[in-house]
Amino acid sequence: MRRPNPRLSFGALSVLVSFAVVMARPVRAEVIHVTMEQIAYMPAQISAYVGDTVEWDNKDIVAHTATARDNSWDVMIAPNSKNSIVLKSAGTVAYYCRFHPNMVGQITVKARE
Amino acid sequence: MFIRIFIQIGAAIAAICLFASSGFAQTAAKPTDPQIAHIAYTAGQIDIQAAQLALKKSKNKDVRAFASDMVRDHTAVNQKALALAKKLNVKPEENDTSRQLSKQASDKRAEFSKLNGSAFDKAYIDNEVAYHKTVNGALQNTLIPSASNQELKDLLTTGLKIFQGHQQHAEQVASEFK
Repeated sequence: MRRPNPRLSFGALSVLVSFAVVMARPVRAEVIHVTMEQIAYMPAQISAYVGDTVEWDNKDIVAHTATARDNSWDVMIAPNSKNSIVLKSAGTVAYYCRFHPNMVGQITVKARE
Repeated sequence: MFIRIFIQIGAAIAAICLFASSGFAQTAAKPTDPQIAHIAYTAGQIDIQAAQLALKKSKNKDVRAFASDMVRDHTAVNQKALALAKKLNVKPEENDTSRQLSKQASDKRAEFSKLNGSAFDKAYIDNEVAYHKTVNGALQNTLIPSASNQELKDLLTTGLKIFQGHQQHAEQVASEFK
């Protein structure tokens, strides 16, 4: 009768445990919604994780943009439509509307652990 | 003696004309909704025409982008204004303020069409800063408080926020020409 190799079963067990840990904490990217209404971003400040999506929904009668001050992204959103970006890196990004610079917002992006 | 009086009267007339030249200053009585609608619509059309002249004459990237924004936004707001007037069965009514605005604007366009290159760009964008400042002041102090229909008041209030954005944008572009 062959006894199971203790080293092998320990290895298999640790793989199983790590798998279980990963399964218990799924990394699910989220979609964060920002409304553009009355020439303002609502909410103006949001927090997100790398990999999350920010979706802007323009309810105004004029087109807007969401333009990062560091020029890392620039999205145009026509009236009554939506547009989005996927956040690629951690950090705090201030953004504004190129057409109406009185519209300002900020996204704090954290790295996923 | 007569000459002195004559000069004084002349100076007084000049001062009155100067005061009235802002256009909106002449609206002494509270304007009615049909008059407000006409003033707001006319103010938008004037800015569209100025922008169309800029798109014809300017080669500056930022000036052209600003002018395109003005055509797009003011067209959108004026379409909304016409739709609202129709819905409320209000016929926009020409008045002294809107007439004077149109007259001043056509004088300005004639003046600007003689300019070229950066002289045109600077004149156009400086005028956009001043024009939006005047219109925003009129909206805030006269037109919005005088509007009696709530939907008209709301549209003017949204318009004010949009045009305050234009003023900031114009100021940014104007700073390039300092």
